[in-house]
Parts: sequence; structure tokens; C-alpha cells
Amino acid sequence: MIGIVDYRAGNLTSVARALHFLGIPCEVTSDPARLDRAERIIFPGVGAAGEAMANLGASGLDEWIRRWVQEGRPVLGICLGTQVIFEKSEEDGGTPCLGILPGIVRRFPAGLKEDGEILKIPHMGWNSVAFRKNHPVFAGIPPEAEFYFVHSFYPDPADRELVVGETRYGFPFGAAVACRNLVAVQFHPEKSGRPGLEILANFCRWRGNDAE
Amino acid sequence: MLSKRIIPCLDVRDGKLTKGIKFQGNVDIGDPVEAAREYYEQGADEIVFYDITASSDGRNIMIDVVRRVAETIFIPFSVGGGIRTLEDMREVILAGAEKVSVNSAAVENPSIITEGARAFGSQCIVLGMDVKRVEPSVTTPSGYEIVIHGGRRYTGIDALWWAREAERLGAGEICLNSIDADGTQDGYELTLTELISTHVGIPVIASGGAGTPQHLADVLTAGKADAALIASMVHYRTYTIDGIKAFLSGRGVKTRRYW
Repeated sequence: MIGIVDYRAGNLTSVARALHFLGIPCEVTSDPARLDRAERIIFPGVGAAGEAMANLGASGLDEWIRRWVQEGRPVLGICLGTQVIFEKSEEDGGTPCLGILPGIVRRFPAGLKEDGEILKIPHMGWNSVAFRKNHPVFAGIPPEAEFYFVHSFYPDPADRELVVGETRYGFPFGAAVACRNLVAVQFHPEKSGRPGLEILANFCRWRGNDAE
Repeated sequence: MLSKRIIPCLDVRDGKLTKGIKFQGNVDIGDPVEAAREYYEQGADEIVFYDITASSDGRNIMIDVVRRVAETIFIPFSVGGGIRTLEDMREVILAGAEKVSVNSAAVENPSIITEGARAFGSQCIVLGMDVKRVEPSVTTPSGYEIVIHGGRRYTGIDALWWAREAERLGAGEICLNSIDADGTQDGYELTLTELISTHVGIPVIASGGAGTPQHLADVLTAGKADAALIASMVHYRTYTIDGIKAFLSGRGVKTRRYW
């Protein structure tokens, strides 16, 4: 069973729907006891970092998720879930986050340009991800695949070695990062058509060891 | 680099498509869920549902449609038409829509944009704008006026002012429909689209007037639109989404080509 961590950060049903479509049993819950019975968890989220961290703190899920990662069990972060895995976010006047991975989540600067055009914020729509390393969760994804993004902040990992896939929006940023049993993506695999569903299916088969 | 989005628009009444949509073998599809699946498989980047149902029974049918669409396609889709309250938004979003669009209701009650953005995030709130060309005046200096209730009522509101105001209020995206161009198949209103798109910091979806793939190329380059809405071009199978995207690639417009 896949546990989908519910910390009141937006609508989490779309991830559950994608897993149902793939025939993978899952449960959306905020109950650590139920989540503990999952073989792997997905940590999604839409919204603002400040409120997300407040909710995680109030429910004790912040400590719970740190322990889960430490125990080496597989976790997939998505969008805001990915961002709060880092040390801090520039959102909401600076928000201390879970600190599971070293790095900062930064706001896209205003006036960013590409090909002479000013880029709109949020980065919303389909963009490609250049996968720089092989990783079981991204196996079989062709380079021309694109993924659906919607975000105004981007992860900037302190250790560039953690970046598995890069996306360009004015400059390249880490759209997919991986460290041992943890994989985290800034895009929405549940809204990215077939390649996104493949990533979810790969994650659900992965044993949580990036060396496999 | 971000791809330009191609977005088919489906009109729904009482849970059925208002115009049958023709597919391979000229089969007419009246079911919005099946139509959404077809366009998803053809490479649509997003789908817009416009619910023209008036009755409250019809609304419940629409929620069921939204739920079934969300179980079938795995790209973003939005629902507009008849959304007036936070509760309307919540129902549609919980049923699986990525975004909701508000049009007349936002003109009559602009705070719905702010409330919606606060509750669900700006990325969920699309402002639908119906716009008519008018003589520039003190109240409408841009020469474009907002009309509501399907274009029947002039509001005296300047389109450019309203677009910027909606952004300030928290709208995450604008779906800009030219009433003058709508239904003509003569091309999008490029001047209007460029005007709005270059004066807001949020994405603009151009709507109204698409008849050929060149029209999309024009609005996505000269018109500076981030996305293009299409309807009859693909509903009557004159073009496929894949075919339009191949044409756009040849014109140097980047779209998503793998799905």
C-alpha cells in the first residue's frame, strides 16, 4: 500500500486518482499509525510553504517524516512536498523547512528572460526535464517527454550531485532530485500524462535504493 | 523552455456535449468524458470545460462529469460556467478539476477571485474575460470593454484595467475571449491578446476566432499568448491537435510533442 501524506496542503486526490488508474492501492491519510503500515509514501502538496510547515508541525508529521526517511523507506516528494524537504524556503518571508536535504528553495526572480521574452511567474505549463543520471524511478522516460509544472519557487540543492533532472526556465534548476531512498520532483507526475504515470509506476516498484 | 499550450474547449449542458464531436470514422461523440479522453490521447495539453447548464440538477450532473474526467485523463483541466461562490469552486476542485474559471461572477463580485486564490491557490483561479472592441473613451481607454452574460451586457469596464486588477486580486491565469472574433474562424484578435499579455505577469490563454493552424502560430508569436484555446477546428475533425502541433513546430513554436 502507498501512503499519501495528508497535511492539509491542497487537494491530494489527484495523486490518489492516478494511482487508482494504475491499479496501485493507496490511502490518503494524516494518521502516522496508518502511514507507518505503508510500504512507501508519497509526499505531495500545493500551496504555501509557511502554512504547510505549520500544519506539519502541529500534526507531528514533521518528526514522523524525518524518521521515515532516516529509516531508509522510499518516499516521493511532489511540488510543495519537494520544497519543504529542504532546509528553508524564501516563501512567506523565509520559512524553516524539514531540513532533510541541504539547500534552499528560492523565488524565481522578476524580469527573468528567455530568448528576449520576459518570463511569467508562476512557471506554469509543460517543460522538459534533462535527466543527467540514471535512476530507477526515471527509467524509460525519453528525453522528449515533458512534465506539468506550476510553481513560483524552485529547489536549489546545496549538493548539485543530488540533481537527477534539470529544467530550464530562464536558468536551469533542479526539477528532480534524489538521495538514497528519497526522490523528489518539482513537477506534477499525476498531471503529466503517460510519462508522469510511468514515473509513479516506477516509484511504486522501487525498493528505495538508488544504486539498484 | 516552456511549451505553448493547445487547449480544446468543450461546451457541456446537462452532462452532454452541446455539439457532437466527430472522431475517427466520423463517429459522433456526445459524452464529454469520451471527448476528453480522445483529446488527451491526441496530445491536448489541458482541457477546458464550459458548463452552460442553468438548473441546479444540471450542476450535480456536471460534478459527476468532472469526477469521471479526473479518473480518465491525467493532464490539467478547468471548469467554468456558473461558478459563483467559494462552495461552487470547492465542489469542482474536489471532484478533480485543476482550475476553475470565473467570468461574469468576478465582474459582479471581484472578491471571489481573492477568496478563491486564498482558499485554493492562485494557480487554481482562471479569470475568463469576454471582450468587445469599442471606441476608446475615458472609461475604456484601451478601446476594449468587458462584456458579461455571454456578451449581452456591456459593463463600462476597461479590459486592460480589469486584467491587471484581476491579477492584483489573485487570479493565476487569464482566458481572454474576443467576442468580435469568436465564431468567425478568421483568426484570434492579435492586438487585444498582445496588449493584455504584455501588461500582466500571469499566463494568458487566447480564445475566439481560431480557424487554421496559422491562426494559432500568429497568436502564440505576435499575439504573445501563452496558450491557445480551440473548438470547432478540432471538433469537426478539420484538424487534429497533433497536426496543429506539427504545423507549429515548423513555424518555430515550441509545443509538447511527446505524450
